[in-house]
Amino acid sequence: MNVTTHPSEGIGASVRRREDLRFLSGRGQYTDDLNRPGQLHAWILRSPYAHARIDGIDTAAAAAMPGVQAVYTAADIEAAGLGGIPCGWQVTGKGGQVMAEPMHPVLASGKVRHVGDPVAVVVAETRNQARDAAEAIAVSYTPLPALSTMAAALAPGAPLLHDDAPGNVCFDWEIGDAAATDAAFATAHKVVRFETTNNRLVPNAMEPRAAIGDYDPHSGEHTLYTTSQNPHVIRLLMGAFVLKVPEHRLRVVAPDVGGGFGSKIYHYAEEAIVTWSAAQLKRPVKWTCERSEAFLSDAHGRDHVTTAELALDREGKFLGLRVSTLANMGAYLSTFAPAVPTYLSATLLAGVYTTPAIHGQVKAVFTSTVPVDAYRGAGRPETTYLLERLVDVAAREMGMDRIEIRRKNFIRPDQFPYQTPVALQYDSGDYEATLREALRGADYAGFEARRAEAKARGRLRGIGVSTYLEACGIAPSKLVGQLGARAGLYEVANIRVHPTGSVSVFTGTHSHGQGHETTFAQLVSEQLGVPLSQVEIVHGDTGKIPFGMGTYGSRSLAVGGSAMVKAMDKIIAKGRKIAAHLLEASVEDIEFSNGQFRVAGTDRAKAFAEISMAAYVPHNYPIEEIEPGLEETAFYDPKNFTYPGGCHICEVEIDPETGEVAVVAFTACDDVGRVINPMIVEGQIQGGLAQGIGQALIENTVYDAEGQLLSASFNDYAMPRATQIPSFGVSTSTTLCTHNPLGVKGCGEVGAIGSPPAVINAVVDALRDYGVTHVEMPATPLKIWSIIHAKDGAALPAAAE
Amino acid sequence: MSEAHHPAAAPPRAVPPAPDGDWPIATLTLRVNGQAHRLAMDTRTTLLDALRDHLGLTGAKPGCNQGACGACTVLIDGKRMNACLTLAVATQGQEITTIEGLAEGEALHPMQQAFIDHDAFQCGYCTPGQIISAVACIREGHAGSAEEIREFMSGNLCRCGAYPNIVKAVQDVAAKGGA
Repeated sequence: MNVTTHPSEGIGASVRRREDLRFLSGRGQYTDDLNRPGQLHAWILRSPYAHARIDGIDTAAAAAMPGVQAVYTAADIEAAGLGGIPCGWQVTGKGGQVMAEPMHPVLASGKVRHVGDPVAVVVAETRNQARDAAEAIAVSYTPLPALSTMAAALAPGAPLLHDDAPGNVCFDWEIGDAAATDAAFATAHKVVRFETTNNRLVPNAMEPRAAIGDYDPHSGEHTLYTTSQNPHVIRLLMGAFVLKVPEHRLRVVAPDVGGGFGSKIYHYAEEAIVTWSAAQLKRPVKWTCERSEAFLSDAHGRDHVTTAELALDREGKFLGLRVSTLANMGAYLSTFAPAVPTYLSATLLAGVYTTPAIHGQVKAVFTSTVPVDAYRGAGRPETTYLLERLVDVAAREMGMDRIEIRRKNFIRPDQFPYQTPVALQYDSGDYEATLREALRGADYAGFEARRAEAKARGRLRGIGVSTYLEACGIAPSKLVGQLGARAGLYEVANIRVHPTGSVSVFTGTHSHGQGHETTFAQLVSEQLGVPLSQVEIVHGDTGKIPFGMGTYGSRSLAVGGSAMVKAMDKIIAKGRKIAAHLLEASVEDIEFSNGQFRVAGTDRAKAFAEISMAAYVPHNYPIEEIEPGLEETAFYDPKNFTYPGGCHICEVEIDPETGEVAVVAFTACDDVGRVINPMIVEGQIQGGLAQGIGQALIENTVYDAEGQLLSASFNDYAMPRATQIPSFGVSTSTTLCTHNPLGVKGCGEVGAIGSPPAVINAVVDALRDYGVTHVEMPATPLKIWSIIHAKDGAALPAAAE
Repeated sequence: MSEAHHPAAAPPRAVPPAPDGDWPIATLTLRVNGQAHRLAMDTRTTLLDALRDHLGLTGAKPGCNQGACGACTVLIDGKRMNACLTLAVATQGQEITTIEGLAEGEALHPMQQAFIDHDAFQCGYCTPGQIISAVACIREGHAGSAEEIREFMSGNLCRCGAYPNIVKAVQDVAAKGGA
């Protein structure tokens, strides 16, 4: 599985996680676990309407309530000159038309645009006092028509959510070659059409968002403790655009964070509210989200409505693909939202196939719903689901085997680097290898016997396959800049070797379940030849770490780890100079391995700790040539995306009496590049699979026509529980990434990306005797029961014609 | 989606409860992890808030405030309960065990060790509740099979999706003679 041998604690070893003890004993320090002396509490009054004009806000009664220190509305925010919540990506659509980018105020100004839009803030001595006082704020609203769906927002004559977004359209964008695609379709033996809605999801990290603002009037320094995946990004967005506080006066700390899955990338209004109000009141201000509030204020995910057409020749080779997607942005643009359906999704339309001509279009739409942004996989699950369902539909219509049609169209290993018609250049992969391994692991050949056995028990058994790739490790700054990103996407590592040879690593990435404190330590331990116990990983504090872009898009090891390698290279280069001086040899003759600087071909050597000590006690030292100390910083800008991929095979059984779908077996073989800690990689893949199965079978976000969120609690929004998630057969089959120094690709999202179509392909297969060609996600018991018991075949939710 | 709206008048606001800063304060004794604590608090205070805000025991986590996620699970007289749905005043005279009280000094409880051995968590937020719940699951006699464990651990959500490994950890402890 790996390119190196397996030392006990270096690269390739399943080292038990070093974070474990504090989490297991209740000593983790999550934001809500922290309290500051003299702290006040904020409660946010949110809109009960999806779309309404604010005619007036009377805060007098609330301000007079016990313990209340302040009540703020948009008027206060505007009077203070604060900016709006910024968007980090500007998409340019057809004809050079840049996206509509309406103001996203910290507190709703003039109008509310979704249920949950923050309207006012109460700051009081206790949380209950703030909450009680918020109930005493009288807001006069004039309700306006809700735009609960994209169809409603795009309907002729629909009211505008934002005056500066005509037609409620954010952008209308395209990629690929329309003319070449039309030409391909003109020669097609068959055109297969498929429509689907990728169901809207709520990320629901178990830790609700929380934030504490603090302010030191003597130094003028603001501090924000927040549940973030990327504290430096929050410092940049909030400091530069909202509060207008320079970096050296603003410290952002993201301590232990209880899961993110994308939802904690973004800069949220509450972070600005507590930071600003703490400075106003000269006391710390804490806010902790309740779960029902989280449903109404954390960015949601997915929500794409897509029509696709695939042109095939007589043998089943893909000739062309035409895709048109409506992407829901929600009420305002969240930080990465415009990039998700475009550069993180439509650029994947080639998948693992050699389709020569592709044209994709995306129209992004404002609706009166919670903003939608990246959620585990971010755009790639949507495209993967579309492609892998479409391929199954095509196989059926062509009368071909589902595996055979995939194999016929795979990009072969000898075709890398492979330039797709939709901008990406894949560097490596072996899709046949992961397919073969998954088929073997799943005993695909034995399936029909299992199906027959299940039938004898009165169960409908089906098997589904998905062969996929994704693009992660984002991303080359120059490229993303051309595509509209307003930041670079490099990563930063500062490595401080202490005099006695222990090592502190300061990384701009952030760990919130990924086990970085272990994986990164293994990497540094192996490269520097220092025991694991002598390596410390520090993240999550802009006051300690030079800079960083954070953790999302499966980038931490591919980009952040590469920055560490670069910094370590500098350390080793300096160490060689010191060693050459001490050993009276030339630098060119000094080799470094296993923690020893050695004169090549001799037994004359200096240990790593002797070199670090010499660097800090430079009595015998090349002081004319190099500075004392042993600390280096590196910025690593990736050369390309990385392209993990693989094969997922799901086996389901349906109880026709209840319509319940049980995942009875799930086999995944993924190529995530080099594996540092197999145990952690397996955990990441399993976690992604659990979320993918959740999307496919039970999770769904439902708004009514008035724009009320009906699925706004764990009693209404079905989360995967222990009963729904099977044991997985997870393995890896490796090709190395060719353009980063570790050969790593990323493993955080593959599970969530590859699995939903495998599940639905299995469900459709289980229902093959019922003439079903498609089931929309989530495949709930009600939906399946209705299909099985539909007397009228026309009532079936058939998709493809 | 095009049904008529009546934008003329907002529905009248419900009159909020009278502002009352003098909510009754209860003085009570909580027995937590073998220690008695004499505390005074608003009678509305949940056991979860009492543990976190009054005793500084932040191991039990707020996850949903509705008893639907299990992150706040503690043992009350040996039974697993959602601390977010339990009023602190109702637990007087009962023995409360939180994650902080599970280890014997430096020695981890077998369930804590099993969670390490089986990599049964990632972000760690639901973990205290999972471990407490797992201990009770075995003591209740509900750890006879993987299926039974899944069923009786289904009140504890883990968004990181570590369920397969949690099940293995519980099975491991159960096989070694329980919790």
